[in-house]
Amino acid sequence: MERGTPTVRPKNLDLRTIRLPLPGIVSILHRISGALLFLAGIPLILAMLQLSLQSEEGFEMIRHTVDTDPLARLALLFLIWSFIHHFFAGIRFLFLDMHKGVQLEKARTSSLWVIVTSLVLTTLAGAFLW
Amino acid sequence: MVNRVVVGAHYGLRDWLIQRISALVMVAYVCALMLFFYWSAPLTYDSWKTVLSHPFVKIFTLLSIIALLLHAWVGVRDIFMDYVHPYPVRLMLQVIVILLLMMYALWAATLLWGM
Repeated sequence: MERGTPTVRPKNLDLRTIRLPLPGIVSILHRISGALLFLAGIPLILAMLQLSLQSEEGFEMIRHTVDTDPLARLALLFLIWSFIHHFFAGIRFLFLDMHKGVQLEKARTSSLWVIVTSLVLTTLAGAFLW
Repeated sequence: MVNRVVVGAHYGLRDWLIQRISALVMVAYVCALMLFFYWSAPLTYDSWKTVLSHPFVKIFTLLSIIALLLHAWVGVRDIFMDYVHPYPVRLMLQVIVILLLMMYALWAATLLWGM
């Protein structure tokens, strides 16, 4: 084969047959949660900040909505999970940047920790909201 | 010749660095906010308004929001570079996101100093 000729490599991008390892799951969830935080999280946090500061009624309105609307609570909890997962997965990536925990076993363990910790903290946040 | 694509990566360390530094700023802010929530529980309108009226808190809040917007820009651009391949579409999406983020920054600044 001539040098520089692009090689044709087999591709397997069938999402139904790809089985992601744990670090891969943390990685794709980091991306999905990041996209969610950009699309819904940022506008919501700014709107809530404005409402909560402009008047006591606005402040109480947020509390009232969270207390009485289960759908709002569920949506909020989903964003809370997105944030917590993004937070811990991000801290894990910072350690990987410093070449800490890059060995396969450690990378798997820390991935599991990120997933479990996020779910546990989200459950606690849910218990607090309900 | 290097094929420079306006909507491509800049082949540099800068965005990577922005992503990390902005993350650290936000971690610090979120920790401080959580401590405040813990200390002042149950949170009232008055204590919330008082703490955010403090000039230092305002600046720290705006700084963290700007960090958030820069962080979002790098992340969203990464997603576009991975999944949106036609240049015109990618450019259009990038412009929309830049305008949106600039709007958010103005919104945050005006709401903090106009409260």
